Amino acid sequence: MLSQVSQITSSRTVPETRSDFVISARNLTKSYGDFTAVNGISFDVPPGESFGLLGPNGAGKSTTMKMIGAVSQRSGGELSIMGLDPNRYGPEVRAHLGVVPQQDNLDEDLRVRDNLIAYGRYFGLPKSYLQPKADELLEFAQLTDKAKGRVESLSGGMKRRLTIARSLINDPKILLLDEPTTGLDPQARHILWDRLFRLKEAGVTLILTTHYMDEAEQLCDRLIVVDKGAIMAEGSPAGLIREYSTREVVELRFGSERNTTVAAELEGIGDRLETLPDRVLIYADDGEAALEAVTGRGLRPITSLVRRSSLEDVFLRLTGRSLVD
Amino acid sequence: MNVENRTAPTALVPQDRFLGSLYGRNIRAVIARGLKATWGTNWSIMISGFVEPVLYLVAMGIGLGALVGTVSGPGGQEMNYANFIAPALLAVSAMNGAVYDSTMNVFFKLNHARLYEGMLSTTLGPFDVAMGEIFLALLRGAMYATGFTAVMGAMGLITSPWALLMIPAAVVIAFGFASFGMAVTSYMKTFQQMDWIQMLMLPMFLFSATFYPLSVYPEAVQSVIQVLPLWHGVELLRQISVGIFSWGTAGHLLYFVVMIVLGLALTTNRLRALFLK
Amino acid sequence: MTKLAAEESRHPVLGLRSPLTPRQTAARARRFGSLYYAEHWIRRMRGYQGTVLMTAVGTPLVYLLGMGMGLAVLIDGNSNAGFPGADGSTVSYLMFLGPALVATAALMVSSEENTYYVMSGFKWGRTYYGPNASPLSSAQIALGHVLGLTVRLLLTTGIYYLFLVLFGAVVHPATGWLMIFTALLGGLAFGMPLLAFSATLKEDKGQFAMVQRFVVMPLFLFSGTFFPLDSLPLAVRWIGWISPLWHSTELGRVLSYGHPEPAAMTAVHVVYLLVLTAGGLVLARRNFTRRLAG
Repeated sequence: MLSQVSQITSSRTVPETRSDFVISARNLTKSYGDFTAVNGISFDVPPGESFGLLGPNGAGKSTTMKMIGAVSQRSGGELSIMGLDPNRYGPEVRAHLGVVPQQDNLDEDLRVRDNLIAYGRYFGLPKSYLQPKADELLEFAQLTDKAKGRVESLSGGMKRRLTIARSLINDPKILLLDEPTTGLDPQARHILWDRLFRLKEAGVTLILTTHYMDEAEQLCDRLIVVDKGAIMAEGSPAGLIREYSTREVVELRFGSERNTTVAAELEGIGDRLETLPDRVLIYADDGEAALEAVTGRGLRPITSLVRRSSLEDVFLRLTGRSLVD
Repeated sequence: MNVENRTAPTALVPQDRFLGSLYGRNIRAVIARGLKATWGTNWSIMISGFVEPVLYLVAMGIGLGALVGTVSGPGGQEMNYANFIAPALLAVSAMNGAVYDSTMNVFFKLNHARLYEGMLSTTLGPFDVAMGEIFLALLRGAMYATGFTAVMGAMGLITSPWALLMIPAAVVIAFGFASFGMAVTSYMKTFQQMDWIQMLMLPMFLFSATFYPLSVYPEAVQSVIQVLPLWHGVELLRQISVGIFSWGTAGHLLYFVVMIVLGLALTTNRLRALFLK
Repeated sequence: MTKLAAEESRHPVLGLRSPLTPRQTAARARRFGSLYYAEHWIRRMRGYQGTVLMTAVGTPLVYLLGMGMGLAVLIDGNSNAGFPGADGSTVSYLMFLGPALVATAALMVSSEENTYYVMSGFKWGRTYYGPNASPLSSAQIALGHVLGLTVRLLLTTGIYYLFLVLFGAVVHPATGWLMIFTALLGGLAFGMPLLAFSATLKEDKGQFAMVQRFVVMPLFLFSGTFFPLDSLPLAVRWIGWISPLWHSTELGRVLSYGHPEPAAMTAVHVVYLLVLTAGGLVLARRNFTRRLAG
């Protein structure tokens, strides 16, 4: 009886733990019935790092984010955020975080500025702080002139920026961003990246999922490539490209009917060859030289392009599939 | 292949036709789509719509009837309470269905489902869409009215063969409300304004001699109620249900004819202002 | 001095620093989380206060004028009618009807707030997922919703009760005012199981319209609201017995004019309503947690 009581009290006393990492996962697993969404992944994120999860739709990125965000209980393994177990200290963990979900969930019944203040109240923050803070964040999100407007009148990019502003209302040290720029036009994406970059410079730890390699290359210090719930590779964007791809790539299109037949005639050019339904990729350190070798064999592609390797190529190498289908 | 046969059909040159480019002469397409959508997804909900007036009839007819006894009906004859309220409930149901279909339903398709946007990017004109929707609402109203009249028969509440004429009369009532509702909807901006329409319908439902004769009110109140459309609908159906007619019957009918013509004119005008700026 | 403090609490990029540590915000949320969500609920309600007030004021006015006065002329004039009050006295139709109208208003508001709004939180606007990512727990979101709903119900039944008094429909105001709370209880007894149900729906394929037609409407019409339950045949009288509306209406009648019934019956009304409320709330909390923190 007595031990039971002491157990209850101890569960409400939040431990003071010190850790070198803001997030630490060991063998993290999540299953729904027979389906395993996340299958034993491990990683550590030091403070101030910008850490990415790159993978196609359904890879388990969002599920991992939900577990880090303490809104989904893990099925196995260990997870600690700021030294706290999210299964046990949900509110304490969430108090450290700012969360930008994949789908906007702004409150359309409230005006733009009220969305920020209402959200801050969930953290028990006083109005004397929230009111100036809301104005400041609207400034940061370039939405000051929309403060009294309706949420439904905002464009997709503006809604996204408002969601990011909302996630900053509690002054979090860690920001979770699930597909922050999916569905936005290029200009809106660049504005958003600029805002996120400033936060990173100010020491905020960014955890983000994406299936855009340019986004990962722009924002991430380090990333893990995830597929089917498991980590395929880990490293900095440049390091991953060095390790899993060549410096350059030649993209050749021979017309959809001929790509496969031509591929056989390309054997031996460059380090490696990938045949996709719409094009053939030749991986080589010197792309121009490889292209010359192709024309030297008397092959005339409809279009040809020499470019630098990207994370897309890393992903293709690791999984044999494209990131975006 | 048949390039030489591809001459421009007259439907694409609307300038000198009736209603100009408001009307693409293809109301059938809107109706066909509506029927398909109804049978495909929510026919059970649609069928169940006829339950509400029946519930009212059973509850009020039996429960309240025990308290009220008999009431004086058309021509001053005493009638059972259930016989008294049944035609009124039919009129109310015609009104509710038509108003719902021409306001809420149209508003949702217009602003949220963006259904009409797709329709209007074809050769259909806004008049086709409006007419098609009204026709669907009336078809549904006719089905409910038939069902309700059958229930009245089963409960022994039909005392005159004239009562069968309640069905077409209910459709006329629905037409009046639908054409007017359509015009009102074209002015609406938010869902909250829809609540206001509901708020106007409630007093009309309770005050229009539905549950008790108009005579319980003071003269002044009576004349206000006699301006409202539902009162005319209730009186019209009540007179038909027992087959007792007067010049008043023609007056009630005329009220709805005027309402239909006015509503359609207003709707057409609004469509012109909205779509042909 | 204060200026210096303000400077210290401002970061060049991040701006104003939070006056509370994460540990402090978590502790506050653990303690007051439900209230924080209720606060949001009420803030949201201000957005459509026109409708809320119109319903709260317009409905009683229309029903009291239409049924309470219009229909009453017919019923009170009929010698067969007469509604037993305390100690062999009789009361008028208006007095009989009043408590039923207050209870009905609570039922209607509760059915409205526990259906489409809940669906919008989980699916259409995903508005539950915002607070769910904050220190609030899923159970606190459910409870906060109930607290906010309680405020709206009290507003509705309170205003309705004032109208009853104004129309002279309350015989004993000393106990009659308690019907504000019995009607609230009736609204919750119906609303909590409905909330639990709504929280399980992945999609609205017309279930809410069906609830409206096959649950709310029959409850409204067959719960002894407009006439005593006894005047219905046994075949439909059971609807009243299981209906939270009948139980809260009867309680209101006891409080308003001393409607004669055994004390045990009064206890049954209260217990039945409490059990439905508590049971529904437990299920609703469970369903919210399953959906939001699975």
